Amino acid sequence: MIALSDYLILGALLFSLSVAGIFINRKNIIILLMCIELMLLAVNLNFIAFSHFSGDMAGQVFVFFILTVAAAEAAIGLAILVVLFRNLNTINVADLDELKG
Amino acid sequence: MEQVLFYCFSLVLIFAATMVVTVRNPVRAALFLVLAFFTSAAIWLFLEAEFLAITLVLVYVGAVMVLFLFVVMMLDINLTPLQEGFTKYLPLGILVAILITIEMVAVLGASHFGLDVVAAPLPHAEGYSNTKELGRLLYTVYVYPFEIASVILTVAIVAAITLTLRKQKRKTQNPAEQVKVRREDRVRLVKMEAVKKHDEVNTDEESS
Amino acid sequence: MMNQSILLVIVLAPLLGSIIAGLFAKQVGRVGAHRAAIAGVSIAFTVSLWVFKLVVVDGETYNQQVYQWLQAGSLSLEIGFLIDSLTAMMMVVVTFVSLMVHIYTIGYMHDDEGYARFFSYISLFTFSMLMLVMANNFMQLFFGWEAVGLVSYLLIGFWYKKPTAIYANLKAFLVNRVGDFGFLLGIAAVLMYAGSLDYVQVFAQAPSIAEQTMVVFSGTQWSVMSVICILLFIGAMGKSAQVPLHVWLPDSMEGPTPISALIHAATMVTAGIFMVARMSPLFEFSETALSVVLVIGAITALFMGFLGLIQNDIKRVIAYSTLSQLGYMTVALGASAYAAGIFHLMTHAFFKALLFLAAGAVIIALHHEQDIRKMGGLKNYLPITYWTSLVGSLALIGFPGMSGFFSKDSIIEAVHASTIAGSDFAYYAVLSGVFITALYSFRLFFLVFHGQERFEVSDGHVPHEPAAVITAPLILLAIPSVVAGLFVGNMVFGDFFDGAIFVLAEHDVLAHHAESYHGLIAFILHGLMAPPFWLAISGVATAYFLYIKRPDIPAKLQQRFLWIYQILDNKYGFDNFNDKVFAGGSRLIGRIFWRLGDQVLIDGAMVNGTAKTVGLVAKVARKIQSGYLYHYAFAMILGVWLLLTLFVA
Repeated sequence: MIALSDYLILGALLFSLSVAGIFINRKNIIILLMCIELMLLAVNLNFIAFSHFSGDMAGQVFVFFILTVAAAEAAIGLAILVVLFRNLNTINVADLDELKG
Repeated sequence: MEQVLFYCFSLVLIFAATMVVTVRNPVRAALFLVLAFFTSAAIWLFLEAEFLAITLVLVYVGAVMVLFLFVVMMLDINLTPLQEGFTKYLPLGILVAILITIEMVAVLGASHFGLDVVAAPLPHAEGYSNTKELGRLLYTVYVYPFEIASVILTVAIVAAITLTLRKQKRKTQNPAEQVKVRREDRVRLVKMEAVKKHDEVNTDEESS
Repeated sequence: MMNQSILLVIVLAPLLGSIIAGLFAKQVGRVGAHRAAIAGVSIAFTVSLWVFKLVVVDGETYNQQVYQWLQAGSLSLEIGFLIDSLTAMMMVVVTFVSLMVHIYTIGYMHDDEGYARFFSYISLFTFSMLMLVMANNFMQLFFGWEAVGLVSYLLIGFWYKKPTAIYANLKAFLVNRVGDFGFLLGIAAVLMYAGSLDYVQVFAQAPSIAEQTMVVFSGTQWSVMSVICILLFIGAMGKSAQVPLHVWLPDSMEGPTPISALIHAATMVTAGIFMVARMSPLFEFSETALSVVLVIGAITALFMGFLGLIQNDIKRVIAYSTLSQLGYMTVALGASAYAAGIFHLMTHAFFKALLFLAAGAVIIALHHEQDIRKMGGLKNYLPITYWTSLVGSLALIGFPGMSGFFSKDSIIEAVHASTIAGSDFAYYAVLSGVFITALYSFRLFFLVFHGQERFEVSDGHVPHEPAAVITAPLILLAIPSVVAGLFVGNMVFGDFFDGAIFVLAEHDVLAHHAESYHGLIAFILHGLMAPPFWLAISGVATAYFLYIKRPDIPAKLQQRFLWIYQILDNKYGFDNFNDKVFAGGSRLIGRIFWRLGDQVLIDGAMVNGTAKTVGLVAKVARKIQSGYLYHYAFAMILGVWLLLTLFVA
């Protein structure tokens, strides 16, 4: 039998990997977005695992919503990315320092 | 059997995720991400979340990941500067990842969430439908969040289109403008003498 | 019967006139303004006369609270009236001179833009002065005191576009502040030791207060009464322009002449004299204070007279004369001859107002020329002014039979009889003062009315007598200048001021003097043989010789004794000293505070310092705000990790 902890550790590994990914790929905004998708995936895994083990469907409903929001986020994020690239001709995060005081 | 499959999928998943974050080419990363999604969909099947597993594949892999690929391929990205400092930050990234993993495992490990603590639930009855259950819940208890989610999606669509829409000058006629035009806007009558006398010019200059 | 409403009418009628002339000037117009003001003062004068009759003939007195302003613990601040012979006399003098000046002003200020404003001010002054003299407590006295000071300030700076006038009124205000500070401390000391501000209650405790001592500077015991009296007298010094707080009075001549007559000669400056006389039950118990008063008065009487000798501005000569005469009054107070001082106050009010108004008439006739070197020979052009000025000058130098003779002679005799410390000095000072007075008075008189005509006549326009509104007050003032002296028997040697002025038996120089008083004629005859008369005559003769017979001598004397002239011309250096030490010192302190306190501490450390600190912090914080997304992400993850660690641990 697969224990709940197995799923949770798998989620934790996935989450850590994506955090590490954010660190490693700090310049490439596309990969950053992908890492965020991975993180959400890890979260979703946790939700479903808990939902399954506690017999509560609410967890799955939340995953549903997370998928929705994540899709919206990805769409807008990529749209911003496109606009960004069109205006600045780069997606290098190091060049995006307009916020600097 | 089930456990073996789980571990296989888990390994594939971890591998795919690792490749996503380490691979240099964004196209490859996207493809590895697709792999990661596929494997996790498989893992979700273990958890009897069939509808979500299908959705993940259909929506995520089918739409979002394709969108990613589109964008990556659409933009002419110079990859070299984006990979600067990759190795420089690798140790830090790994360190943070390991630290977080250790802590999480300490909390989420078998001692707290093992089988003897949280027993595996019984498999569902023959006619059980995950989709039906989820749908029932969505359209009753969670109907308002569901509506909001739909609005969010609509907003996202509108936002994405507005953001990326190129404003182009279109040569169209504006009837209102055309009607409003008066004679003075188009024609200017200038009064001029046929011959200008020399001394008159002088006095004009003086008076002005 | 005297009652509250009558007294309120006296006080409020001028106030009403002032309000109408001041606030409704546009509605009532120029004529309406002066009618309202004069009506107010006339009512006050008429009713004052009636009150005077009630007090003097029927022997009534009045002392009651009219209105309680506030009650704080045991301290009660109220408005009340104390009417006795002293007050009644002051009321008549104030309202009479004020009325004369009001009438005179119609002519004098005829062409001035601030006509209505002027009337409003002088009526307000009359109100304030009446509040001052009619007060039955220190609080109201102080109110009147400050109110007349305020009006004085407004009137000196009446021509507010003139820089010298602004300087003069600022100076008057500041110098009076010094005096008023002492006065206020004195009142505070009275309140502290007597526990009340009501005259009657305070005076009743005078003997017991006199026995107490206090520590002013550590290690020395001071008589409480002396401290109180000297502090109060410092107030009087400011208001009555005694050395060294006299510096404002000559400069106050920048104001219009009617004001110089009313405020800076006849009434306001005598407020200090009145106040000390009113406080006689306190001053009597402190010989130290009396000596101080005496010596200060003597110095003022003599040395301010000297300054009158060299002034060339007609009003300034009279101003220094006023200072000198105020010195005489102060000397009388110091010698405990309060009655003589007050009597001189009254006669002086008449003849000095007369002299000022006459000077004003001359100034108008010569189109605002004030330099006596550019006058002369005006006798034929201004007969009424000439004769009234002669009366005024004779009264001033104490010519026998004139009012000034009686008052000044009583003072000199009183000082002669006095035995307190400094009385010998004071005696010789006032005695020689007589000579000086005669000399400068008639120097002025001869230079203005006799001798060569030195004024400029432009296109055949010779000086002529001003309108009746100007000459009538002169004549009306000339009458009391002559006859006021007839009351000397009652006021100085009689019992007129009994109950109003208190004199200890051992100080009572006037009583001693009264024994030898055998009627007016005898007094005059005695005066003819006394030194003051001969000194006055010789003063007049000297003036005649120097300025009519041999007009070349004064210039030579001036050359010969240049150093004396320079000392006098610098007014003993008081102004320079004040300018350098006090004004300069204040400016220096101000600059130090400005530089150190304001610029360095407040602006530098606090205002800009705050901004700089914020800037510094922001500069550091800006380093953190790199604008790079991954920095923020890193911080976020670090935060997550920290929270996680906390959660696990």
